[in-house]
Amino acid sequence: MSAPAVTRATRASRIAMLVAALVLAMLALAPWWAGRADMRLMGEIYLYLSLACLWNLMAGYAGLVSVGQQAYVGFGGYMLFALTVFGGLHPIAAIAAAGGLAAAVSVPVATLIFRLKGAYFAIGTWVAAEVFRLSFAQVSALGGGSGSSLPVGIVRSLSSSRSGREALSYWLALGAAVVVIGTIYLFLRSRRGLALTAIRDSEAAASGLGIDIWRTKLEVYVVTSALTAVVGGLIFLQKLRISPDAAFSVNDWTAFVIFIVVIGGIGTLEGPIIGTLVFFAIRETLADFGTIYLMILGAVAIVVMLKAPKGIWGLIRDRYDLELFPLSYRVHYEGKGRKGS
Amino acid sequence: MIEWVNALVQGVLLGGLYALFAAGLSLIFGVMRLVNIAHGDLIVLAAYIGLSTTMVLGVHPFVALLIVMPVMAAIGYALQRGLLNQALGDDILPPLLVTFGLSVIIQNALLEGYSADPQKLNGGVIETASISLGGLAVGILPLLTFAIAVAVIAVLQWVFYSTGLGRGFRAVSDNQEIAQLMGLNKAHVFGLAMALALAVTAIAGILLGVRTSFDPAIGGGRLIFGFEAVIIGGLGNLWGTLAGGVILGVAQTLGAKIDPGWQLLAGHVAFLVVLAVRPNGLFPRVEH
Repeated sequence: MSAPAVTRATRASRIAMLVAALVLAMLALAPWWAGRADMRLMGEIYLYLSLACLWNLMAGYAGLVSVGQQAYVGFGGYMLFALTVFGGLHPIAAIAAAGGLAAAVSVPVATLIFRLKGAYFAIGTWVAAEVFRLSFAQVSALGGGSGSSLPVGIVRSLSSSRSGREALSYWLALGAAVVVIGTIYLFLRSRRGLALTAIRDSEAAASGLGIDIWRTKLEVYVVTSALTAVVGGLIFLQKLRISPDAAFSVNDWTAFVIFIVVIGGIGTLEGPIIGTLVFFAIRETLADFGTIYLMILGAVAIVVMLKAPKGIWGLIRDRYDLELFPLSYRVHYEGKGRKGS
Repeated sequence: MIEWVNALVQGVLLGGLYALFAAGLSLIFGVMRLVNIAHGDLIVLAAYIGLSTTMVLGVHPFVALLIVMPVMAAIGYALQRGLLNQALGDDILPPLLVTFGLSVIIQNALLEGYSADPQKLNGGVIETASISLGGLAVGILPLLTFAIAVAVIAVLQWVFYSTGLGRGFRAVSDNQEIAQLMGLNKAHVFGLAMALALAVTAIAGILLGVRTSFDPAIGGGRLIFGFEAVIIGGLGNLWGTLAGGVILGVAQTLGAKIDPGWQLLAGHVAFLVVLAVRPNGLFPRVEH
């Protein structure tokens, strides 16, 4: 009898990482092989993927079910406009700064809304987002309630040619998705990630093991808010126009994101990726039907939540014991794999 | 000075409407710990059903309540038995996401059926009539709304504490398993609670529609007002919810008095201040 070995990586996860690296390399070269419309769509997919992964980190792991993440999407967008127009920053520097500012703002917001539990926390985040929206609508320098456009000079500062700007915008979106997924992956593999996974599985037990739940949740909230603001900055760098209603839209930046995560599989790293692909597949086929398409999306999310609460990836994982991102520990007895934590 | 008093009075009366938004929310949370994200959209749905009723039958919106209330109650019972009961459990995520999905469905169904154009219920002379109270002209409609809110909360209070139905509500609220053992059908009791909550929602929807114009997208905002009234007043206290609505209404009208753009912001700020100072609300229920 050999001693049982504990590993994280599996053959499937090694293959998946290899395939992911190849796909990433191919996607990075898209400006040379994809058309203008395809690149726009793919850029949008990366940004939604980032938002979905971030919301999943909060709701799926930290138990912070927020319906107010549009607060930080809009905040990031508005900071891009404010810091470039009034602060004279380069757009990319402005977006990075927006992340830092969002982190700073999210701390006092969290100390207030963390007083609400469960579903009331969710609506509390929505109130916070409404406060953000109404406050930015009061700033007449940023166009007040009707919004404003990014001045041409600032757009030109990214790159002088249109194709150059489009390529840069595409790479920034792809980069954001890679950074977000990479950050979450490394976070979950770290000590803190272990604490977070413990909280996900049982708050009472995690607390009994000495994990500071409030603090861990605050860290997740702050990191998520900062990265969400960065993604928000990138979204409005693509749109070049901002208004309070578009920036703080609960449908665009929260409802769709929630549906993506629920359909793909909440509480897993793979779920949001699958959910994003499914969401865009549904959107591209049904978008012409307008309101009907949104009703179908809502109904699909309800059915998935009730019949398969772990989402599409949960079904696949349970059936084949697969894990593409090596996160859990597995114990091997004489070459036979068995799932650990 | 008199304008400020006027704003104060208008705010108190507006608070009645917010208390009606909140009462249904408070009731179902009290009975089954469900926070219904679609609550605001159900208020708007009631207003639209009222609109169709007044158009088809040519009756006054208040008379239409005779139809809208039972219809909303039936929708509530069916929704609870057919959908929401399956989502209830230890995990808070399913009810939250299911009602969120429901909210999107209702909103878009209304958009499909009635378009995005703002609509209004025609209340006739009652909309503009007012009486003079100590030098202030107070609208009959806001006054009536407030009186209805007080009456609705009194009735809910009576149902909750003095009827067999209310005993069932309190029993499943205290301990679902033991209530089941005592012969209560939990699914049915929850259905009745939702039916009652949506009957109240029907009243709120009709009063909303007579007071201002509405469109399919305003549900989220109504949910937030109701929610803020519940939290300000203290969870599980219906009279507290009325007080919460009044505080929210006063904050909004006083905010609007300073600057029209600050109306909604002032309400949210009042809510956040209460949350910071008294996280359990101003009048949390005392456990007997």
